[in-house]
Amino acid sequence: MPDEKSPNGKNGKSVGLVERVTTGVKEDLESLKTDLPAKAKEQMEILSKPTKTQVFTSIFRHKHDDTPRNRALGVLSNVFLHLHPAKINRDAVRYSYTWGMGGITFYLFIVLTLTGVMLMFYYHPSKVQAFRDVLYLEHDVPYGKLLRNMHRWAAHLMVIAVELHMFRVFLTGSYKKPREFNWNVGVILLVLTLLLSFTGYLLPDDQLGFWAVTVGTNMARATPGLGNEGPFAPSFITPYNDVRFGLLGGSIVDANALLRSYIWHCIGIPIIASIFMILHFWRVRKDGGISGPAAVVLDSEVKEAKK
Amino acid sequence: MDWKQLWEILSAADNVPIIAMIPLLAFYIYLAWKQAHANDLLIEQLAGDAALAKTHHRKAWPFKPGWAKEVHVWPFLLRVEFLAAIIVTIILMIWSITLNAPLEEPANPNLTMNPAKAPWYFLGLQEMLVYFDPWIAGVVMPTLIIVGLMVIPYIDTNPLGAGYYTWKQRKFAISTFLFGFIILWVSMIFIGTFIRGPGWQWFWPGQTWDHNRLIYEVNRDLPDLFGITSNWGKGIFGAIVVGGFFAIGGLLVHAFFRRHNAKDYKRMSLLQYSIMMTFFLTMLGLPIKIFLRLLFHIKYVWITPWFNV
Repeated sequence: MPDEKSPNGKNGKSVGLVERVTTGVKEDLESLKTDLPAKAKEQMEILSKPTKTQVFTSIFRHKHDDTPRNRALGVLSNVFLHLHPAKINRDAVRYSYTWGMGGITFYLFIVLTLTGVMLMFYYHPSKVQAFRDVLYLEHDVPYGKLLRNMHRWAAHLMVIAVELHMFRVFLTGSYKKPREFNWNVGVILLVLTLLLSFTGYLLPDDQLGFWAVTVGTNMARATPGLGNEGPFAPSFITPYNDVRFGLLGGSIVDANALLRSYIWHCIGIPIIASIFMILHFWRVRKDGGISGPAAVVLDSEVKEAKK
Repeated sequence: MDWKQLWEILSAADNVPIIAMIPLLAFYIYLAWKQAHANDLLIEQLAGDAALAKTHHRKAWPFKPGWAKEVHVWPFLLRVEFLAAIIVTIILMIWSITLNAPLEEPANPNLTMNPAKAPWYFLGLQEMLVYFDPWIAGVVMPTLIIVGLMVIPYIDTNPLGAGYYTWKQRKFAISTFLFGFIILWVSMIFIGTFIRGPGWQWFWPGQTWDHNRLIYEVNRDLPDLFGITSNWGKGIFGAIVVGGFFAIGGLLVHAFFRRHNAKDYKRMSLLQYSIMMTFFLTMLGLPIKIFLRLLFHIKYVWITPWFNV
């Protein structure tokens, strides 16, 4: 029902609609004239301090002034950095103690994942295309050769870094109580690293990889009990159902072997290795951080456990 | 001296990492030795001076009263990690720009590569194929290496040297590991990569890889040298030799270990001690078999209908 008192009412007198609109627009324009510069000034002030913006504070949840609290928060409130404790033994940052090889191994794993994913865009794990894909990658894809080289050499570097890491951990006695279990996880990671590298060897489908994998998997023939040429193998173990057959998906290194190699290399082992890496890093922290450099202990100070 | 041949082997793209490993390994052994030596001197000094031992901060690095024992990870560790990542990236970039990953002809089952080599980190195991049957070199040995590495923390009962470099407090453990890592793993990789040529024959560095080379050598089995011909005789003789190696070797190691590692010997349980003995003697058996094969052309020591060692 129309309101009688309303100026726009059917029965009331219309008090200049046009007039009211024009005053309204004038007011709006007037407000823009005064408010805009003020708001712009305000905005400039906010933008001159980007760390105060809501977007920034929603991402980074603490200040960055150089205070001990913020230094600790910088590590603790960051999902990637919180692998680290907030503070560590002052001598543990010395390169000469850790050689940085564990960290370098992890970094190389990341590099290999990134370059590997990019290589996967150009690669088909089939006998028809695999080798051509590598040729295409080397000669036509922009930076394809660099990509493949980086993947190859990072893999070799990773094997070296893993071995040096293990060497250092042994020499500093870091596997000793309470880190026995983490040493075991590390041994598994060493094996997985070698397997990752080995499964990648076949993928270019060239003579080098083919014969390396042939030589490597031929040894599986000789598995005691499970290989058809191995000792103690029962008579029903043939070249068509032994452990080598299971590895290659056939009795020769062929299309199935290429596919299996590809899937182990790109999906299977990386997932397993990632799980063990999570465990490894977690246990480093839970076992009390890195082992040292600890204070030297004298032989005379060792308390013998009672038996 | 065939310099071209030598250069071909040394400059093969996949061999470069192994060559890079020589200076790396030498550097890190030096770095470890330097710190171990400094710590050993400190330990000696503290052991002879009880008063100093009570007050000393017990590291070879300087420490002054008032210095914080711990530092913030941000920035003191993170800057090191960041630098390391940058340096590794630069090395990797330069390496990848200057050296191409190898790519041979397409895989061809009808054209055997000679020599057909596994990737370099497995060449130690491939070299073992010369001395042992495939099931030992290819299956048993990798398993023993993995299990052997895994038992280390549980059989090393020496509480000293946890968290710092030292040589004098852990002579046995460190020399055993160095023997396994440098002699059995790294040097076998070297032989497999740089010495073994076509037909997996021994070519000295600089010797031409002659694909038609024939070697007239007769490999004999140890029982043959003693004129044992019957199968039963061979089996029993081999069992005695191998068993004798473990018995006499075990006794020798035992005599050494209980004298020079008396405290460890006392701490170890029977299980720990026997596991250590088994792995240690098996490790020692490898170079013995290698020498028997290379110097005396002996193929098998122990021959049975089921397996040969």
